[in-house]
Amino acid sequence: MHPAPSVLVFTVLSGLGFGALAFLAVFVHPYGWPAFALWGLGYGLAIAGLLASTFHLGHPERAWRAFSQWRTSWLSREGLAAVATLVLLAPVALSDWLGLGLPRAFAVPGAVLALATIATTSMIYAQLKTVPRWNHWTTPAQFFAFALAGGAMLTGQGVAPLLLALLALALLAHWHYGDRRFAEVGASMGSATGLGPLGRLSVFDPAHTAGNYLMREMIFVVGRKHAARLRVIALVFACLIPALILFLPAHPATTGAAVLAHLVGAFAARWLFFAEAEHVVGLYYGKRQ
Amino acid sequence: MTCLPAKTDKKLGLAIDLDTCVGCNACVTACKGWNDQGYGAPLSDQNPYGADPSGTFLNRVHSYQVQPVDRAAITVNFPRSCLHCEAAPCVTVCPTGASYKRAEDGIVLVNEDACIGCGLCAWACPYGARELDAAAGVMKKCTLCVDRIYNENLPEEDREPACVRTCPTGARHFGDFADPDSKVSRLAAERGGFELMPEMGTKPVNRYLPPRKKDALDASPLAPLLDIKATGFAGWLDRMLGKI
Repeated sequence: MHPAPSVLVFTVLSGLGFGALAFLAVFVHPYGWPAFALWGLGYGLAIAGLLASTFHLGHPERAWRAFSQWRTSWLSREGLAAVATLVLLAPVALSDWLGLGLPRAFAVPGAVLALATIATTSMIYAQLKTVPRWNHWTTPAQFFAFALAGGAMLTGQGVAPLLLALLALALLAHWHYGDRRFAEVGASMGSATGLGPLGRLSVFDPAHTAGNYLMREMIFVVGRKHAARLRVIALVFACLIPALILFLPAHPATTGAAVLAHLVGAFAARWLFFAEAEHVVGLYYGKRQ
Repeated sequence: MTCLPAKTDKKLGLAIDLDTCVGCNACVTACKGWNDQGYGAPLSDQNPYGADPSGTFLNRVHSYQVQPVDRAAITVNFPRSCLHCEAAPCVTVCPTGASYKRAEDGIVLVNEDACIGCGLCAWACPYGARELDAAAGVMKKCTLCVDRIYNENLPEEDREPACVRTCPTGARHFGDFADPDSKVSRLAAERGGFELMPEMGTKPVNRYLPPRKKDALDASPLAPLLDIKATGFAGWLDRMLGKI
Protein backbone atom coordinates (compact mmCIF):
# COMPACT_ATOMS: atom_id res chain seq x y z
CA MET A 1 0.00 0.00 0.00
CA HIS A 2 1.16 3.50 -0.79
CA PRO A 3 2.51 5.19 2.36
CA ALA A 4 0.91 8.61 1.80
CA PRO A 5 2.62 11.26 3.98
CA SER A 6 -0.75 12.64 5.11
CA VAL A 7 -1.85 9.25 6.41
CA LEU A 8 1.49 8.61 8.13
CA VAL A 9 1.25 11.96 9.91
CA PHE A 10 -2.40 11.32 10.77
CA THR A 11 -1.91 7.90 12.35
CA VAL A 12 1.35 8.68 14.15
CA LEU A 13 0.49 12.11 15.57
CA SER A 14 -3.14 11.50 16.43
CA GLY A 15 -2.21 8.15 18.03
CA LEU A 16 0.34 9.89 20.23
CA GLY A 17 -2.08 12.75 20.95
CA PHE A 18 -5.00 10.57 22.01
CA GLY A 19 -2.66 8.36 24.06
CA ALA A 20 -1.45 11.47 25.89
CA LEU A 21 -5.03 12.69 26.40
CA ALA A 22 -6.03 9.36 27.94
CA PHE A 23 -3.18 9.58 30.47
CA LEU A 24 -3.81 13.26 31.20
CA ALA A 25 -7.46 12.53 31.89
CA VAL A 26 -6.93 9.74 34.39
CA PHE A 27 -3.41 9.52 35.76
CA VAL A 28 -1.94 13.01 35.59
CA HIS A 29 -3.37 15.89 37.54
CA PRO A 30 -1.43 18.90 36.41
CA TYR A 31 -2.48 22.44 37.19
CA GLY A 32 -1.64 25.92 36.02
CA TRP A 33 0.67 26.48 33.09
CA PRO A 34 2.19 22.97 33.10
CA ALA A 35 -1.39 21.74 32.63
CA PHE A 36 -1.85 24.18 29.77
CA ALA A 37 1.36 22.92 28.14
CA LEU A 38 0.55 19.22 28.55
CA TRP A 39 -3.09 19.43 27.52
CA GLY A 40 -2.09 21.78 24.72
CA LEU A 41 0.43 19.21 23.47
CA GLY A 42 -2.14 16.41 23.60
CA TYR A 43 -4.78 18.47 21.83
CA GLY A 44 -2.24 19.87 19.36
CA LEU A 45 -0.99 16.43 18.31
CA ALA A 46 -4.49 14.96 18.05
CA ILE A 47 -5.83 17.86 16.00
CA ALA A 48 -2.72 18.08 13.80
CA GLY A 49 -3.12 14.40 12.98
CA LEU A 50 -6.81 14.76 12.20
CA LEU A 51 -6.18 17.78 9.97
CA ALA A 52 -3.40 15.92 8.14
CA SER A 53 -5.85 13.12 7.34
CA THR A 54 -8.04 15.55 5.38
CA PHE A 55 -5.13 16.31 3.03
CA HIS A 56 -5.47 12.99 1.28
CA LEU A 57 -9.15 13.52 0.52
CA GLY A 58 -10.35 14.36 -2.97
CA HIS A 59 -12.97 16.67 -1.44
CA PRO A 60 -11.90 17.81 2.05
CA GLU A 61 -14.71 20.41 2.12
CA ARG A 62 -17.17 17.51 2.41
CA ALA A 63 -15.35 15.88 5.33
CA TRP A 64 -18.25 16.67 7.69
CA ARG A 65 -20.28 14.00 5.88
CA ALA A 66 -17.94 11.38 7.34
CA PHE A 67 -19.68 11.66 10.72
CA SER A 68 -22.87 10.08 9.38
CA GLN A 69 -22.18 6.38 8.77
CA TRP A 70 -21.12 5.16 12.22
CA ARG A 71 -23.39 2.13 11.90
CA THR A 72 -21.13 0.36 9.40
CA SER A 73 -17.99 2.42 8.82
CA TRP A 74 -14.93 2.38 11.09
CA LEU A 75 -13.70 5.56 9.44
CA SER A 76 -16.93 7.31 10.36
CA ARG A 77 -16.72 5.95 13.92
CA GLU A 78 -13.15 7.19 14.12
CA GLY A 79 -14.20 10.72 13.21
CA LEU A 80 -17.03 10.73 15.74
CA ALA A 81 -14.94 9.23 18.55
CA ALA A 82 -12.14 11.71 17.92
CA VAL A 83 -14.39 14.77 18.00
CA ALA A 84 -16.34 13.46 21.02
CA THR A 85 -13.09 12.91 22.91
CA LEU A 86 -11.86 16.42 22.18
CA VAL A 87 -15.20 17.93 23.23
CA LEU A 88 -15.63 15.86 26.40
CA LEU A 89 -12.11 16.48 27.68
CA ALA A 90 -12.18 20.24 27.03
CA PRO A 91 -13.82 21.13 30.41
CA VAL A 92 -11.30 18.90 32.21
CA ALA A 93 -8.39 20.57 30.45
CA LEU A 94 -9.77 24.03 31.24
CA SER A 95 -10.33 23.05 34.85
CA ASP A 96 -6.74 21.81 35.18
CA TRP A 97 -5.35 24.97 33.64
CA LEU A 98 -7.49 27.46 35.53
CA GLY A 99 -7.79 25.44 38.75
CA LEU A 100 -11.58 25.17 38.60
CA GLY A 101 -11.56 21.94 40.58
CA LEU A 102 -13.82 19.89 38.36
CA PRO A 103 -14.24 16.38 39.89
CA ARG A 104 -11.96 13.85 38.17
CA ALA A 105 -14.90 11.58 37.37
CA PHE A 106 -15.76 14.02 34.58
CA ALA A 107 -12.58 12.92 32.79
CA VAL A 108 -13.45 9.23 32.66
CA PRO A 109 -15.82 9.26 29.64
CA GLY A 110 -13.29 11.31 27.69
CA ALA A 111 -10.50 8.88 28.57
CA VAL A 112 -12.62 5.92 27.46
CA LEU A 113 -13.41 7.70 24.19
CA ALA A 114 -9.72 8.48 23.65
CA LEU A 115 -9.05 4.74 23.85
CA ALA A 116 -12.04 4.13 21.56
CA THR A 117 -10.55 6.57 19.05
CA ILE A 118 -7.30 4.61 18.97
CA ALA A 119 -9.28 1.39 18.50
CA THR A 120 -11.34 2.83 15.65
CA THR A 121 -8.25 4.20 13.89
CA SER A 122 -6.66 0.77 13.98
CA MET A 123 -9.86 -0.90 12.76
CA ILE A 124 -9.90 1.25 9.61
CA TYR A 125 -6.91 -0.89 8.59
CA ALA A 126 -7.55 -4.13 10.49
CA GLN A 127 -11.02 -4.55 8.92
CA LEU A 128 -9.64 -4.84 5.37
CA LYS A 129 -9.66 -8.47 4.28
CA THR A 130 -8.08 -7.32 1.06
CA VAL A 131 -4.84 -6.46 2.89
CA PRO A 132 -4.07 -9.68 4.77
CA ARG A 133 -1.12 -8.21 6.70
CA TRP A 134 -3.43 -5.66 8.33
CA ASN A 135 -6.39 -7.98 8.79
CA HIS A 136 -5.03 -9.38 12.07
CA TRP A 137 -5.17 -8.64 15.82
CA THR A 138 -1.59 -7.38 15.74
CA THR A 139 -2.80 -4.21 13.96
CA PRO A 140 -4.93 -2.91 16.89
CA ALA A 141 -2.24 -4.21 19.27
CA GLN A 142 0.39 -2.14 17.50
CA PHE A 143 -1.76 1.02 17.40
CA PHE A 144 -2.65 0.72 21.09
CA ALA A 145 0.95 0.05 22.08
CA PHE A 146 2.15 3.11 20.14
CA ALA A 147 -0.53 5.38 21.59
CA LEU A 148 -0.10 4.24 25.18
CA ALA A 149 3.71 4.11 25.17
CA GLY A 150 3.93 7.50 23.48
CA GLY A 151 1.26 9.01 25.71
CA ALA A 152 2.92 7.69 28.88
CA MET A 153 6.27 9.11 27.81
CA LEU A 154 4.84 12.49 26.91
CA THR A 155 3.07 12.81 30.26
CA GLY A 156 6.05 11.54 32.26
CA GLN A 157 4.55 8.28 33.54
CA GLY A 158 6.71 5.71 35.31
CA VAL A 159 5.05 2.95 33.35
CA ALA A 160 6.51 4.24 30.06
CA PRO A 161 9.52 1.86 29.84
CA LEU A 162 7.22 -1.12 30.39
CA LEU A 163 4.86 0.12 27.67
CA LEU A 164 7.83 0.62 25.33
CA ALA A 165 8.78 -3.01 25.91
CA LEU A 166 5.21 -4.03 25.09
CA LEU A 167 5.39 -1.90 21.95
CA ALA A 168 8.52 -3.76 20.87
CA LEU A 169 6.66 -7.05 21.36
CA ALA A 170 3.62 -5.74 19.45
CA LEU A 171 5.82 -4.69 16.51
CA LEU A 172 7.66 -8.02 16.48
CA ALA A 173 4.32 -9.87 16.57
CA HIS A 174 2.95 -7.74 13.71
CA TRP A 175 5.97 -8.52 11.56
CA HIS A 176 6.10 -12.19 12.56
CA TYR A 177 2.45 -12.91 11.79
CA GLY A 178 2.27 -10.34 9.00
CA ASP A 179 4.91 -12.13 6.93
CA ARG A 180 2.68 -15.23 6.87
CA ARG A 181 -0.72 -13.61 6.49
CA PHE A 182 -0.97 -13.46 2.70
CA ALA A 183 -0.31 -17.17 2.31
CA GLU A 184 -2.66 -17.92 5.21
CA VAL A 185 -5.56 -16.09 3.57
CA GLY A 186 -5.02 -18.19 0.47
CA ALA A 187 -5.69 -15.62 -2.24
CA SER A 188 -3.63 -16.32 -5.35
CA MET A 189 -3.59 -15.44 -9.02
CA GLY A 190 -5.51 -18.70 -9.41
CA SER A 191 -8.35 -17.64 -7.11
CA ALA A 192 -8.31 -14.03 -8.30
CA THR A 193 -8.92 -15.12 -11.90
CA GLY A 194 -10.62 -18.42 -11.12
CA LEU A 195 -8.24 -20.00 -13.64
CA GLY A 196 -6.13 -21.77 -11.02
CA PRO A 197 -7.62 -25.25 -11.61
CA LEU A 198 -6.70 -25.10 -15.32
CA GLY A 199 -2.94 -24.98 -14.91
CA ARG A 200 0.07 -22.85 -14.12
CA LEU A 201 -0.73 -19.14 -14.53
CA SER A 202 1.35 -16.18 -15.57
CA VAL A 203 0.68 -12.67 -16.82
CA PHE A 204 0.82 -12.77 -20.61
CA ASP A 205 -0.02 -9.18 -21.41
CA PRO A 206 -0.70 -6.42 -18.88
CA ALA A 207 -4.10 -4.69 -18.92
CA HIS A 208 -2.42 -1.35 -19.51
CA THR A 209 1.08 -0.26 -20.36
CA ALA A 210 1.23 2.80 -18.06
CA GLY A 211 0.42 3.06 -14.37
CA ASN A 212 -3.04 3.67 -12.98
CA TYR A 213 -4.69 4.58 -9.65
CA LEU A 214 -4.75 0.95 -8.50
CA MET A 215 -1.05 0.43 -9.07
CA ARG A 216 -0.05 3.75 -7.52
CA GLU A 217 -2.28 3.28 -4.49
CA MET A 218 -2.19 -0.44 -3.78
CA ILE A 219 0.80 -1.99 -5.50
CA PHE A 220 3.64 -0.22 -3.72
CA VAL A 221 6.90 -2.10 -4.16
CA VAL A 222 9.55 0.56 -3.62
CA GLY A 223 11.73 0.07 -0.58
CA ARG A 224 10.60 -3.38 0.48
CA LYS A 225 14.18 -4.54 0.00
CA HIS A 226 15.19 -2.35 2.95
CA ALA A 227 12.43 -3.76 5.13
CA ALA A 228 14.75 -5.71 7.45
CA ARG A 229 16.96 -2.68 8.10
CA LEU A 230 13.93 -0.42 8.63
CA ARG A 231 12.50 -2.86 11.16
CA VAL A 232 15.69 -2.60 13.20
CA ILE A 233 15.65 1.21 12.90
CA ALA A 234 12.00 1.27 14.02
CA LEU A 235 12.68 -0.90 17.06
CA VAL A 236 15.83 0.98 18.09
CA PHE A 237 14.33 4.46 17.74
CA ALA A 238 10.75 3.80 18.82
CA CYS A 239 11.53 1.57 21.81
CA LEU A 240 15.18 1.10 22.77
CA ILE A 241 16.58 4.66 22.68
CA PRO A 242 13.57 6.26 24.45
CA ALA A 243 13.66 3.55 27.14
CA LEU A 244 17.37 4.23 27.76
CA ILE A 245 16.81 8.01 27.85
CA LEU A 246 13.99 7.55 30.35
CA PHE A 247 16.43 6.05 32.85
CA LEU A 248 18.18 9.45 33.01
CA PRO A 249 16.92 11.89 35.67
CA ALA A 250 13.49 13.24 34.74
CA HIS A 251 13.68 16.60 33.01
CA PRO A 252 11.61 18.19 30.21
CA ALA A 253 14.68 17.96 27.96
CA THR A 254 15.13 14.21 28.48
CA THR A 255 11.40 13.64 27.96
CA GLY A 256 11.55 15.71 24.78
CA ALA A 257 14.55 13.77 23.48
CA ALA A 258 12.86 10.45 24.27
CA VAL A 259 9.65 11.48 22.49
CA LEU A 260 11.53 12.78 19.44
CA ALA A 261 13.51 9.55 19.10
CA HIS A 262 10.28 7.63 19.56
CA LEU A 263 8.63 9.64 16.78
CA VAL A 264 11.46 8.83 14.36
CA GLY A 265 10.95 5.14 15.09
CA ALA A 266 7.17 5.50 14.92
CA PHE A 267 7.35 7.05 11.46
CA ALA A 268 9.71 4.30 10.28
CA ALA A 269 7.38 1.62 11.66
CA ARG A 270 4.28 3.25 10.20
CA TRP A 271 5.96 3.69 6.81
CA LEU A 272 6.70 -0.04 6.87
CA PHE A 273 3.14 -0.76 8.00
CA PHE A 274 1.97 0.62 4.67
CA ALA A 275 4.89 -0.22 2.40
CA GLU A 276 4.98 -3.89 3.38
CA ALA A 277 1.21 -4.37 3.20
CA GLU A 278 0.20 -6.09 -0.01
CA HIS A 279 -3.30 -5.73 -1.46
CA VAL A 280 -4.82 -8.75 -3.19
CA VAL A 281 -5.50 -6.66 -6.32
CA GLY A 282 -1.77 -7.00 -7.03
CA LEU A 283 -2.51 -10.62 -7.94
CA TYR A 284 -4.19 -9.51 -11.17
CA TYR A 285 -1.00 -7.70 -12.12
CA GLY A 286 1.34 -10.52 -11.14
CA LYS A 287 2.91 -8.11 -8.68
CA ARG A 288 2.77 -10.37 -5.67
CA GLN A 289 6.28 -11.23 -4.51
CA MET B 1 -26.96 4.64 4.19
CA THR B 2 -24.06 2.28 3.90
CA CYS B 3 -25.90 -0.65 5.47
CA LEU B 4 -26.33 -3.31 2.81
CA PRO B 5 -29.89 -4.24 1.87
CA ALA B 6 -30.89 -7.56 3.48
CA LYS B 7 -32.13 -8.75 0.11
CA THR B 8 -32.33 -7.27 -3.35
CA ASP B 9 -35.33 -7.96 -5.59
CA LYS B 10 -33.08 -8.48 -8.57
CA LYS B 11 -29.39 -9.32 -8.85
CA LEU B 12 -28.35 -7.61 -12.03
CA GLY B 13 -24.92 -8.51 -13.24
CA LEU B 14 -22.72 -9.84 -16.01
CA ALA B 15 -21.72 -13.28 -17.16
CA ILE B 16 -18.34 -12.97 -18.85
CA ASP B 17 -17.26 -15.76 -21.16
CA LEU B 18 -13.51 -16.31 -20.96
CA ASP B 19 -13.76 -18.83 -23.78
CA THR B 20 -15.01 -16.38 -26.40
CA CYS B 21 -13.32 -13.18 -25.22
CA VAL B 22 -10.63 -12.29 -27.75
CA GLY B 23 -9.15 -9.44 -25.71
CA CYS B 24 -9.97 -6.76 -28.28
CA ASN B 25 -10.64 -4.11 -25.59
CA ALA B 26 -13.82 -2.94 -27.37
CA CYS B 27 -15.64 -3.18 -24.02
CA VAL B 28 -12.99 -0.96 -22.40
CA THR B 29 -13.40 1.65 -25.11
CA ALA B 30 -17.20 1.50 -25.14
CA CYS B 31 -17.28 1.82 -21.34
CA LYS B 32 -14.94 4.77 -21.38
CA GLY B 33 -16.92 6.38 -24.20
CA TRP B 34 -20.31 6.00 -22.55
CA ASN B 35 -19.10 7.08 -19.13
CA ASP B 36 -17.49 10.21 -20.50
CA GLN B 37 -20.98 11.63 -20.91
CA GLY B 38 -24.15 11.60 -18.86
CA TYR B 39 -23.91 9.83 -15.50
CA GLY B 40 -21.58 11.50 -13.00
CA ALA B 41 -18.15 13.02 -13.49
CA PRO B 42 -16.56 12.05 -16.83
CA LEU B 43 -13.75 9.50 -16.71
CA SER B 44 -10.71 11.74 -17.03
CA ASP B 45 -7.29 11.16 -18.54
CA GLN B 46 -4.07 12.72 -17.36
CA ASN B 47 -1.40 13.50 -19.91
CA PRO B 48 -3.06 11.14 -22.45
CA TYR B 49 -0.69 11.94 -25.32
CA GLY B 50 2.43 12.48 -23.21
CA ALA B 51 5.23 10.28 -22.00
CA ASP B 52 3.40 9.07 -18.87
CA PRO B 53 -0.30 8.74 -19.69
CA SER B 54 -2.83 7.73 -17.07
CA GLY B 55 -6.58 7.65 -16.80
CA THR B 56 -9.67 6.34 -15.09
CA PHE B 57 -11.27 3.19 -16.45
CA LEU B 58 -14.10 1.08 -15.06
CA ASN B 59 -13.15 -1.98 -17.03
CA ARG B 60 -9.70 -3.37 -17.82
CA VAL B 61 -8.79 -6.44 -19.86
CA HIS B 62 -5.90 -8.54 -18.58
CA SER B 63 -4.32 -11.42 -20.45
CA TYR B 64 -2.97 -14.55 -18.83
CA GLN B 65 -1.10 -17.59 -20.02
CA VAL B 66 -2.37 -20.86 -18.61
CA GLN B 67 -0.08 -23.86 -18.88
CA PRO B 68 -2.01 -27.08 -18.25
CA VAL B 69 -0.02 -30.13 -17.21
CA ASP B 70 -0.88 -32.32 -20.19
CA ARG B 71 -1.54 -30.00 -23.11
CA ALA B 72 -0.45 -26.87 -24.89
CA ALA B 73 -0.55 -23.47 -23.18
CA ILE B 74 -3.57 -21.25 -23.78
CA THR B 75 -4.08 -17.50 -23.60
CA VAL B 76 -7.05 -16.32 -21.54
CA ASN B 77 -8.26 -12.75 -21.94
CA PHE B 78 -9.73 -11.56 -18.71
CA PRO B 79 -11.96 -8.46 -18.45
CA ARG B 80 -12.07 -7.12 -14.88
CA SER B 81 -14.78 -4.78 -13.60
CA CYS B 82 -17.17 -4.39 -10.65
CA LEU B 83 -18.89 -7.64 -9.68
CA HIS B 84 -21.74 -5.88 -7.82
CA CYS B 85 -21.16 -8.07 -4.75
CA GLU B 86 -24.01 -9.02 -2.44
CA ALA B 87 -21.76 -8.47 0.59
CA ALA B 88 -20.01 -5.47 -0.96
CA PRO B 89 -17.22 -4.40 1.44
CA CYS B 90 -16.79 -1.14 -0.50
CA VAL B 91 -20.26 -0.03 0.62
CA THR B 92 -20.00 -0.70 4.35
CA VAL B 93 -16.61 1.01 4.78
CA CYS B 94 -17.82 4.29 3.23
CA PRO B 95 -17.85 6.98 5.93
CA THR B 96 -20.24 9.35 4.16
CA GLY B 97 -22.95 7.11 2.74
CA ALA B 98 -21.86 7.95 -0.81
CA SER B 99 -21.45 4.26 -1.65
CA TYR B 100 -24.64 2.27 -1.70
CA LYS B 101 -26.21 -0.91 -3.03
CA ARG B 102 -29.65 -0.56 -4.55
CA ALA B 103 -32.33 -2.71 -2.94
CA GLU B 104 -34.32 -2.97 -6.18
CA ASP B 105 -31.68 -4.38 -8.51
CA GLY B 106 -28.49 -4.84 -6.51
CA ILE B 107 -26.41 -2.34 -8.49
CA VAL B 108 -23.59 -0.80 -6.43
CA LEU B 109 -23.31 2.92 -7.06
CA VAL B 110 -21.51 6.02 -5.79
CA ASN B 111 -23.34 9.26 -5.05
CA GLU B 112 -20.56 11.51 -6.30
CA ASP B 113 -21.98 14.60 -4.56
CA ALA B 114 -21.42 12.95 -1.17
CA CYS B 115 -18.05 11.29 -1.96
CA ILE B 116 -15.11 12.83 -0.10
CA GLY B 117 -12.56 10.87 -2.16
CA CYS B 118 -10.95 9.12 0.82
CA GLY B 119 -10.29 6.00 -1.24
CA LEU B 120 -11.16 3.53 1.52
CA CYS B 121 -13.75 1.76 -0.68
CA ALA B 122 -11.09 1.11 -3.31
CA TRP B 123 -8.90 -0.40 -0.60
CA ALA B 124 -11.77 -2.60 0.55
CA CYS B 125 -12.45 -4.00 -2.94
CA PRO B 126 -10.41 -7.14 -3.75
CA TYR B 127 -11.02 -6.77 -7.48
CA GLY B 128 -9.64 -3.31 -8.19
CA ALA B 129 -13.06 -2.28 -9.45
CA ARG B 130 -12.91 1.27 -8.14
CA GLU B 131 -10.64 4.03 -9.32
CA LEU B 132 -10.43 7.53 -7.87
CA ASP B 133 -10.76 10.04 -10.68
CA ALA B 134 -7.73 12.33 -10.52
CA ALA B 135 -9.58 15.28 -12.06
CA ALA B 136 -12.91 15.05 -10.20
CA GLY B 137 -11.52 13.78 -6.88
CA VAL B 138 -14.40 11.31 -6.51
CA MET B 139 -14.57 7.53 -6.73
CA LYS B 140 -15.64 6.04 -10.05
CA LYS B 141 -16.93 2.55 -10.60
CA CYS B 142 -19.04 0.48 -13.00
CA THR B 143 -22.69 1.56 -12.82
CA LEU B 144 -23.81 -1.41 -14.90
CA CYS B 145 -24.85 1.45 -17.22
CA VAL B 146 -27.79 2.29 -14.97
CA ASP B 147 -28.40 5.21 -17.35
CA ARG B 148 -28.83 2.83 -20.32
CA ILE B 149 -30.61 -0.24 -18.99
CA TYR B 150 -33.75 1.66 -17.88
CA ASN B 151 -33.49 4.40 -20.50
CA GLU B 152 -36.66 4.47 -22.55
CA ASN B 153 -35.19 7.05 -24.91
CA LEU B 154 -32.91 4.34 -26.26
CA PRO B 155 -34.05 1.63 -28.69
CA GLU B 156 -34.76 -1.56 -26.75
CA GLU B 157 -31.72 -3.41 -28.06
CA ASP B 158 -29.49 -0.69 -26.63
CA ARG B 159 -30.87 -1.02 -23.11
CA GLU B 160 -27.95 -3.03 -21.82
CA PRO B 161 -24.50 -2.02 -20.55
CA ALA B 162 -22.27 -0.43 -23.19
CA CYS B 163 -19.63 -3.17 -22.79
CA VAL B 164 -22.21 -5.89 -23.45
CA ARG B 165 -23.77 -4.05 -26.38
CA THR B 166 -20.42 -3.52 -28.07
CA CYS B 167 -18.74 -6.90 -27.55
CA PRO B 168 -18.09 -8.23 -31.06
CA THR B 169 -17.81 -11.87 -29.96
CA GLY B 170 -20.79 -11.94 -27.62
CA ALA B 171 -18.57 -12.76 -24.67
CA ARG B 172 -20.47 -10.51 -22.27
CA HIS B 173 -24.01 -11.19 -21.10
CA PHE B 174 -26.23 -9.00 -18.95
CA GLY B 175 -29.16 -10.18 -16.86
CA ASP B 176 -30.75 -10.99 -13.53
CA PHE B 177 -28.98 -13.67 -11.49
CA ALA B 178 -31.89 -13.77 -9.02
CA ASP B 179 -34.05 -15.31 -11.75
CA PRO B 180 -32.92 -18.93 -12.25
CA ASP B 181 -34.39 -18.94 -15.77
CA SER B 182 -32.61 -15.82 -16.98
CA LYS B 183 -30.08 -16.15 -19.77
CA VAL B 184 -27.17 -15.37 -17.45
CA SER B 185 -28.33 -17.80 -14.74
CA ARG B 186 -28.68 -20.60 -17.28
CA LEU B 187 -25.30 -19.80 -18.85
CA ALA B 188 -23.62 -19.82 -15.44
CA ALA B 189 -25.29 -23.13 -14.55
CA GLU B 190 -24.50 -24.84 -17.87
CA ARG B 191 -20.94 -23.63 -18.21
CA GLY B 192 -19.83 -23.85 -14.57
CA GLY B 193 -19.69 -20.09 -14.03
CA PHE B 194 -17.49 -19.20 -11.08
CA GLU B 195 -16.95 -16.37 -8.58
CA LEU B 196 -13.66 -14.50 -8.24
CA MET B 197 -11.82 -14.76 -4.92
CA PRO B 198 -14.64 -16.42 -2.95
CA GLU B 199 -12.26 -16.51 0.04
CA MET B 200 -12.79 -12.75 0.43
CA GLY B 201 -16.43 -13.35 1.42
CA THR B 202 -17.78 -10.67 -0.91
CA LYS B 203 -20.42 -12.89 -2.60
CA PRO B 204 -19.96 -11.40 -6.08
CA VAL B 205 -22.97 -11.43 -8.42
CA ASN B 206 -21.03 -11.51 -11.71
CA ARG B 207 -19.99 -14.90 -12.98
CA TYR B 208 -17.06 -15.86 -15.19
CA LEU B 209 -17.48 -18.73 -17.63
CA PRO B 210 -14.31 -20.84 -17.88
CA PRO B 211 -12.49 -21.51 -21.16
CA ARG B 212 -13.81 -24.69 -22.78
CA LYS B 213 -11.50 -27.67 -22.79
CA LYS B 214 -9.30 -27.61 -25.87
CA ASP B 215 -8.55 -30.65 -28.01
CA ALA B 216 -5.18 -32.23 -27.44
CA LEU B 217 -3.19 -33.56 -30.37
CA ASP B 218 -1.80 -37.06 -29.89
CA ALA B 219 1.67 -35.93 -30.84
CA SER B 220 3.38 -33.36 -33.00
CA PRO B 221 2.11 -33.46 -36.63
CA LEU B 222 5.75 -33.36 -37.69
CA ALA B 223 6.65 -36.46 -35.72
CA PRO B 224 6.23 -38.97 -38.58
CA LEU B 225 8.64 -36.96 -40.71
CA LEU B 226 11.40 -37.47 -38.20
CA ASP B 227 11.63 -41.18 -39.04
CA ILE B 228 12.04 -40.72 -42.79
CA LYS B 229 15.34 -42.14 -44.11
CA ALA B 230 16.75 -40.05 -46.88
CA THR B 231 17.58 -41.88 -50.10
CA GLY B 232 19.44 -41.06 -53.32
CA PHE B 233 21.51 -37.89 -53.36
CA ALA B 234 20.04 -36.65 -50.10
CA GLY B 235 20.91 -40.00 -48.53
CA TRP B 236 24.48 -39.81 -49.83
CA LEU B 237 24.77 -36.24 -48.51
CA ASP B 238 23.34 -37.32 -45.17
CA ARG B 239 25.91 -40.11 -44.87
CA MET B 240 28.83 -37.93 -45.99
CA LEU B 241 27.94 -35.08 -43.66
CA GLY B 242 27.56 -37.55 -40.82
CA LYS B 243 31.16 -38.69 -41.33
CA ILE B 244 32.75 -35.26 -41.21
